[in-house]
Amino acid sequence: MFYREAGDFKTSYRDDSQTFPIKFDRYRYYVVLAVAFGIIPFIINDYWANALLLPFLIYAIAAIGLNILVGYCGQVSLGTGGFMAVGAYACYKLMTAFPDVSMFIHVLLAGGITAFVGVLFGLPSLRIKGFYLAVATLAAQFFLVWLFNRVPWFYNYSASGQINAPERDVFGIIVTGPNASAWATYLFCLIFLTVSAIIARNLTRGTTGRTWMAIRDMDIAAEIIGVNPLKAKLTAFAVSSFFVGIAGALFFAVYLGAVEVGEVFGIQKSFLVLFMVIIGGLGSIFGSFAGAAFLVLLPVVLKLIGVDLLGWPTDIVAHLNLVIVGALIIMFLILEPHGLAQLWRVAKEKLRLWPFPH
Amino acid sequence: MKTKLATLALGALMAAGPALADLVIPDLSYRTGPYAAGGIPFSDGYNDYFTLLNERDGGIGGVPVRVIECETGYNTEKGVECYESTKGEGALVYQPLSTGITYQLIPKVTADGIPLHTMGYGRTSAANGKVFSNVFNYPANYWNGASGAINYLLDENGGDLSGKKIALVYHNSAYGKEPIRTLETLAEKHGYDLTLLPVDHPGQEQKSQWLQIRREKPDYVVMWGWGVMNQVAVQEAANIRFPMENFIGVWWSGAEFDVEPAGDKATGYKALTFTGLGDDYPVYDDLRKYVADAGKAAGAGDQLGSVQYNRGLYAAMLASEAIKTAQGIHGVADIDASMMRDGMEALEMTNAKMDALGMAGFGPEFSVSCENHGGPGLVGVVQWDASTGTWNKLQDFKPTDAEVIGALIAEDSAAYAAENNISERCN
Repeated sequence: MFYREAGDFKTSYRDDSQTFPIKFDRYRYYVVLAVAFGIIPFIINDYWANALLLPFLIYAIAAIGLNILVGYCGQVSLGTGGFMAVGAYACYKLMTAFPDVSMFIHVLLAGGITAFVGVLFGLPSLRIKGFYLAVATLAAQFFLVWLFNRVPWFYNYSASGQINAPERDVFGIIVTGPNASAWATYLFCLIFLTVSAIIARNLTRGTTGRTWMAIRDMDIAAEIIGVNPLKAKLTAFAVSSFFVGIAGALFFAVYLGAVEVGEVFGIQKSFLVLFMVIIGGLGSIFGSFAGAAFLVLLPVVLKLIGVDLLGWPTDIVAHLNLVIVGALIIMFLILEPHGLAQLWRVAKEKLRLWPFPH
Repeated sequence: MKTKLATLALGALMAAGPALADLVIPDLSYRTGPYAAGGIPFSDGYNDYFTLLNERDGGIGGVPVRVIECETGYNTEKGVECYESTKGEGALVYQPLSTGITYQLIPKVTADGIPLHTMGYGRTSAANGKVFSNVFNYPANYWNGASGAINYLLDENGGDLSGKKIALVYHNSAYGKEPIRTLETLAEKHGYDLTLLPVDHPGQEQKSQWLQIRREKPDYVVMWGWGVMNQVAVQEAANIRFPMENFIGVWWSGAEFDVEPAGDKATGYKALTFTGLGDDYPVYDDLRKYVADAGKAAGAGDQLGSVQYNRGLYAAMLASEAIKTAQGIHGVADIDASMMRDGMEALEMTNAKMDALGMAGFGPEFSVSCENHGGPGLVGVVQWDASTGTWNKLQDFKPTDAEVIGALIAEDSAAYAAENNISERCN
C-alpha cells in the first residue's frame, strides 16, 4: 500500500538511480542509521557490545569483503581467515611501532597491507578457476597462519606467540584495550561498517562492479566485449582483501584484544565467513549483513533459550547448536539457494503488490 | 519526615539489593570439542566440590554458592561471551582452564576488578603479583613444570644432562609455547640439546613429528599436550617403540584417558603433577554421601577419583578457602570480587587446613603474598601402570629451579608492565 513506486516521481537521473529509489525503503534506511548511531550507543552495555554487536559488525565487514570476491566476481576463496590474520598482525605491528597515531589510520593501513597481500595471492586466479582457485586460496590460508606462527618478528618476540592489543585511542577516546567503553568500541566498528557498506554498494553499482559481474557470469564473453580480466580480477581481490583486512584488524584490536593466530584465524574462520555469505545471499550487500547477523546471533539465542531459560546442560545445548546450524545450512541450500537476501527480495515484491495482488 | 526518608531509603535498598545472598562462581567449562576429554572431569570436580559445600555445610560461611556453568568449547570468542554474560551476576573468580582465554581475560579482569585463578596454566609471569594485581597461578606454573621435568631427569642421570638430547613435543599455541623459554635457558645451564616439535591444533596428526623423533633418537621426550593430542602422542610413541619411561608429559598430559587408548604399551609413561592421586581421601566419603549417591553430581557423575577430576576438586577447594579467608579479613559473609581478590592474596594452605578438609597431602603447603601470586611451584612425578590402571607416585612434591624461573618471570612481567604502563604494586 505505502510500499511502492507509484506517485514517487523522480525529476533527475540522479534521483532515479539512487540506492533506495522507493521512498519507504529510503526512510527505513535512515531510521536504521538513526537508531544505530543515535540510540544504541546510549543504551549499550559490555555484554551487548562484546557478545553480540561487535562480532556482528566485524563479521559483516568481512562478509561484505568476501561477497565482493565470491558473490560479485565469482572467484571462490577459502583464504578469508588468513587475510584477516594479515589485517590483525599488520594492525598489531603498526599499533606497537607508532603508538601516537590514531587507530583509524592503523586500521585503514592494515586494510591496505591486506589488499596488497590479497593481490599477490590473487595472481593465480588469472590462470586457474573454480575449485582449483579454491585450493590455491586454501594454500594462502595455511601459509599465512604458518608464517605468523613461525616468524617471531610478527608477534614482537613475545614468549607465548600471542599478540595483545595495547591501549590506543581515536581523538582521545580509548577504543582498544580493557578500559575502552562499550559505546566507543561499538561506534568505532559501526563507522567502519557503514563506510565499507556504502563504498561496496557504490562500487558494485558502477563500472567496476559491472566488470566483476561480467567476469563472474562468463569470463570469455566478458573478455570479448572488452573487459580486462587482469584488472577486474585483481581489483576484486584488492577490494575484497581490503575489507577483510579491516575486519581482521578490528577483530583483533577492538573485539578480542588478544589473538592466537592458529586458533582465531584458522580454516574454520574462512568457512564461517563463507557460510555467512552463502546463507545471507551471494552478490548482495544486504545478504552480508543478514548472514553475519544470523550466524552470530543464532548460537547466542540458542544458548539463552537452552541454558538460561530451559536449564538444559551446557554440553547438550552446544551440541544442539551444531545440529541446528548444520540443518539450517542444508535447508537454505535446498529451499533458498540465493539466501536470506532473496527471501527479503521476495517479501518486498509481495509488499509492493499488497493488498491487491494480480 | 526523618522516619519517612529512612523508610524510603530502606525500601530503595531492599528493592535494589539481590533477593538472596549468594556467592557466584562462574565455571567456564568445555564439555564439547577436541579438548572435552580434559574439560569434562575438571568441570565435574569443580562443580561437585561446591555442591558438597552447599549440601553439607550450607555454603561457605553460611552463604550458599551458585555455580554458573558456561560452555566455551576451548574457544576464545565463546570465552569472551561467557565472561561478559556472567560478570554482571557478581562473579567472584574466573577459572577458564584455557591459556588462550586466560590471555584474553587478564586485561579485562584487571579493569573490572575480578580475580582470575589459572591453576597450573595461563600466563606464567602472572606469578609476579607486583605487576599482575588480579591474576593468580598458584600452586605451580608451566615454568615450574619445565624445570621440574628437567630436575627429575637430572636426578635420573646423576645430576648431569650434558650432551643428552631432549625433544619437546608441544601444542602449537600459547599454551605449548610457554615452556620453551625456560627449557632453552635450562639447556644453556645444563648443556643438553633441545629439539622443538610443534603439533598444530587439534593434534590428531603427529606422524611427521614422531618420524623425526624416530630419526633423531632423542634421549628424552617432554610433552606439552592437551585434549586429543595426548592420546595420539602416546599411541605414536608406542608405535615407534619409543621407551615410555623416557617420555614425560606435563600435568595436563597425564590423565587416564590420555594413556588408556594405547593399552599395555603405555605402561611406564610419566607425567608431572601438583595434586594428589586417586580417591583415597576422607573428602571422597562426603562427596559420595552428599553428592554422587544423592544424584547431584555434575555431568555423568562417573569421573570421581580421576586425575583431572581431582584437579577440578583442588581448584574449587582453593577457591573456597580463599572465600573463607576473604570473609575473615572483611568480616562479611557475602563477599564481592574485590574482597575475594584480597582473600586470594592472603591465602595460606597448611597441612593442618588440608587435614581438616579431608584432603591431607592433596597439594603442597604454600602461602600467597602481594609479591608472589605463584606459590612455591612444587612438582611431583607420577608413572602410569596399565596393568592396574593407576598412576603411581615416583617423586613427591619437590622444589624447582627458582633462580632461573624467578629471573624469567621478572623479565617477562617487566615487559608486560612496560607495554601496558603498569606501575609496580606492593612497595
